Amino acid sequence: MPTVYVNDTPVEIGTRKLNCVQAAELGGVLVPHYCYHPGLTVVASCRMCLVEMGELKDGKVTMQPKVFPGCQTPVKDGTVIITGEYDKRKPAPALPYDPAYKPGERAKKSQADTLEGLLLNHPLDCPVCDKAGECKLQDYSYQFGRTESRLVDEKNQPPNKPDLSSKITLFTDRCILCTRCVRFTREISGTGELQVVGRGHHEEIDVFPGFPLENKLSGNVVDLCPVGALGSKDFLYTQRVWYLKTTDNVCGNCATGCSVHTDTNKDIVYRLRARENPDAQGYWMCDEGRWGYHHTHSPDRITRPLTKGADGGLRPTPWQQVQIRKLFEDAVYVTARRAVVVLSPFLTVEEAYALGTAFKKLNKELRLALGPVPVVGEDDHYPKNVKGEHVPPTKFTIRAEKCPNRLGVEAVLTKLQGEVIRFADVVREDLNAMWFAGGFPDPEAVNAALPAGWKAPAHLFVQDLFHSKLTAAATVVLPATTAFEKDGTFVNHAGLAQSFPRAVKPGPEVRGELQMAFDLGGRKGLATVAAVRKDLAKDLPQFAALTELTQPTASKKVELATV
Amino acid sequence: MTFEPTLLARVNKPNSPKLEGYRADGGYAAFEKALKDKQPGDVVTQVKDSGLRGRGGAGFPTGLKWTFLPKDHPGPIYLCINADESEPCTYNNRILMEKDPHQVLEGIMLSCYAIKSNRAYFYIRYEYGDAYRTLQAAIDECYAAGILGKNIFGKGFDLDIFLHRGAGAYICGEETGLIESLEGKRAWPRIKPPFPAVEGAFRKPTIVNNVETMACVTQIVRRGIDWFKSMGVPPDPKNPRDAGSYGPKLYTLAGHVEKPICVEVPMGITCRDLVEKHGGGVWKGRKAKSVNPGGLSMGFLDCTAPLKGEDGKTEYDIPLDFNGPGKVGCLGLGTAAVTVIDDQTSMVDVLHNVCQFFSHESCGQCTPCREGTGWMLKITDRLRRGQGRTEDLDVLVDVADRIGIIPGTTICGLSDGAGWPVKTAIRKFRKEFEDAIRTGTKSKHAKPLAMAAH
Repeated sequence: MPTVYVNDTPVEIGTRKLNCVQAAELGGVLVPHYCYHPGLTVVASCRMCLVEMGELKDGKVTMQPKVFPGCQTPVKDGTVIITGEYDKRKPAPALPYDPAYKPGERAKKSQADTLEGLLLNHPLDCPVCDKAGECKLQDYSYQFGRTESRLVDEKNQPPNKPDLSSKITLFTDRCILCTRCVRFTREISGTGELQVVGRGHHEEIDVFPGFPLENKLSGNVVDLCPVGALGSKDFLYTQRVWYLKTTDNVCGNCATGCSVHTDTNKDIVYRLRARENPDAQGYWMCDEGRWGYHHTHSPDRITRPLTKGADGGLRPTPWQQVQIRKLFEDAVYVTARRAVVVLSPFLTVEEAYALGTAFKKLNKELRLALGPVPVVGEDDHYPKNVKGEHVPPTKFTIRAEKCPNRLGVEAVLTKLQGEVIRFADVVREDLNAMWFAGGFPDPEAVNAALPAGWKAPAHLFVQDLFHSKLTAAATVVLPATTAFEKDGTFVNHAGLAQSFPRAVKPGPEVRGELQMAFDLGGRKGLATVAAVRKDLAKDLPQFAALTELTQPTASKKVELATV
Repeated sequence: MTFEPTLLARVNKPNSPKLEGYRADGGYAAFEKALKDKQPGDVVTQVKDSGLRGRGGAGFPTGLKWTFLPKDHPGPIYLCINADESEPCTYNNRILMEKDPHQVLEGIMLSCYAIKSNRAYFYIRYEYGDAYRTLQAAIDECYAAGILGKNIFGKGFDLDIFLHRGAGAYICGEETGLIESLEGKRAWPRIKPPFPAVEGAFRKPTIVNNVETMACVTQIVRRGIDWFKSMGVPPDPKNPRDAGSYGPKLYTLAGHVEKPICVEVPMGITCRDLVEKHGGGVWKGRKAKSVNPGGLSMGFLDCTAPLKGEDGKTEYDIPLDFNGPGKVGCLGLGTAAVTVIDDQTSMVDVLHNVCQFFSHESCGQCTPCREGTGWMLKITDRLRRGQGRTEDLDVLVDVADRIGIIPGTTICGLSDGAGWPVKTAIRKFRKEFEDAIRTGTKSKHAKPLAMAAH
């Protein structure tokens, strides 16, 4: 088995092709780096990952006389890696070094030297910098740097560039020129807006005049920036990062289902960041998703139950006075054939299943339909060339299907009634009653799904986030929850089931869809996904893995049964 | 024995840049003969056996470099000619290009034949307008005469030479920086490996050679190995890594000399001989304080420091071969551009000038070089304003020591060249720097306004 030695500890690398940074990581040793990112090409220019290297051959260690950038240097069987933290190594028998060789000394000095260089022209304005607290320059300076600066001369103070794009600002003086952002726009989005201008220590990141950083993946450069140079205007000066609580979620804006980190404080979402997930989307996410969380805290949201009064207008009604189950039973009393339950593709698998079974229990003849599936344009593949045409291989796709869980809801519907009924087919029928479980972040998607001259059923129950033509005609309007406000599972375009925990609590008078299902089905107690998943696993074995979840955010590919 | 220049033999002859004149002096006969009688491998062997080392600065054996190309590569293989002669005080390539372009072109043809390349890119720095026009005219003449193009001399060998004008940056002279610039990108040197011989211009095997090296190839093929090896310095038996320094070399003289000229002499002339015999001595009857033996990046000699083990000799007497300057702490021979600094010049000013150059020319890719060159400039600028501190000297040496490809902290050698003059100047003239700091002496020269912006 090929083995490399990281600070004396043998690490088996198998058949993988690794660089020093990755091999050291396997051995539990951090090699600090700025310019290296596994999703981008290697440029080996920040020089933070400098390590000492050698080879163990025939019981002898030969060390190279200089330091090497770990990100660029591949390892093979017998490679010896010594990092600057050799003195803090895990206990392991020392390799037979030359007695004159002092392991780790050069690497340690090189790392401290690089940091001293990076800090020379860095303004050290951490108290007013948004990145403070999660800044790699802070972290590595603390861990690997010198305590004092030897610079007595003036620092360079290039002017900031607040208009890099409508969404992104550049604090030029904080930049350490790792060029991750430049490489991102060249290699992943392919749009190539960013570039390095100037030379030497007067180098800056900039855009070409008149061509701002406006592409649909631009927000990723903020995630990529290891320091506080590139800032998202959406998040700028809203929160100190140490107050933020991070939850691992799934973006609900399109069928790609990007894995995200949701940063919240006191039940308010402040920021989404892409979470690395090779099974889902890779390293990135799109701007639409990144800044598409604002509906969660919109003042226009439906926050409490509303019922139609005698004058035909909707008026707030306390939950105690809305006898949901009774009202709905009455509505379908005459004939269930003229009633339909709509489950939107924004529901989680658990919600769809719980609602579906509850309604079927109420009346077997009730039909379940798949809610309107919003589709905007065509799938948008990246990278692109200068003409905006896609250049394979695809590195990121923004899906045209703007909902997170069509496949999941379809799987549930197929199981419960053997077929998937489309909303467009049932909406034209002469209906007496309809239950619409929505959760649409954009009410326009609901309005667009209603045909011209649509006649509202006599009994219309709508649980949704925002007012639409549907709620205007409703007899009962109930508040819904967004993807951030519930536990659940989404199945993305490729059949990947990703479960996620709740990031923020919904408003005080909001009862989630799952709770609604419990109320309607007559189940007692608080609704929890764990209880639903047990039943779900029995009915749909492809979701059985969800019951064994130890981590809240495991993702698993499900085989979707087709009938 | 008087030495007859060969590389510069035709310079200033009437009609020297013209094909007609070159052919009258026996030009392109060697190329025609090589096409007729020799296999490409024979030319490689001949160049390899001649011991020709690259004239661009690093002194890497040319023939050996050619053998690094992958065997039986389906092609294309490219030859790039490095005419981005930007090392301060260096102008030997310029003279060759302006005065005898066909000698260089014949070398390119021979080299391309040797490495089986059908396409050569001649990367010339933007500032060399005359050289560009002369070369373009020479290339056009060759195409018209059938020496370039398809089926040259009816021997089935095709060759195209493209003249490419750079846009003026020192870093374009680094071989991978040159390739990036040629490809139309920012001249940021590439990480090696892969070396250009394996993956170079347009991701194909590429050889990058200097202009003077090409002229030497012409002469080696024309006059033979023995002629070439009759000049220069054999390898130092004590140094197994020394490959010897054979052949004629163009030295350029600049700085405080009476006659700043470009001369051709055999390798290994001493610094003193070069300045005294060929440059007419130090100007205004002054004495030499320091000499920069081969372009700024090679560091400085102290003309009064005695040479160890050699009685009565000083660093001024070191031989200017590939091995000589290294013995006294300099980086190497470099481009053999000898710059003389007289005894009335302040080393603080000299060093500030050097730092200004490298800080301006650092491409800014690697942190140690980008920040190190800028920091050294800021410190030396403070020194010349009379606000230095003694500890600044230690910082300068520390920074100069830690940047470069030799300690392994950068991608290319620019920062070795940026650090070397700083550390040699401070180590060799420390007392002068300390005196200047103690007395708070200010520089007598105003900072040029153009540079004040940087």
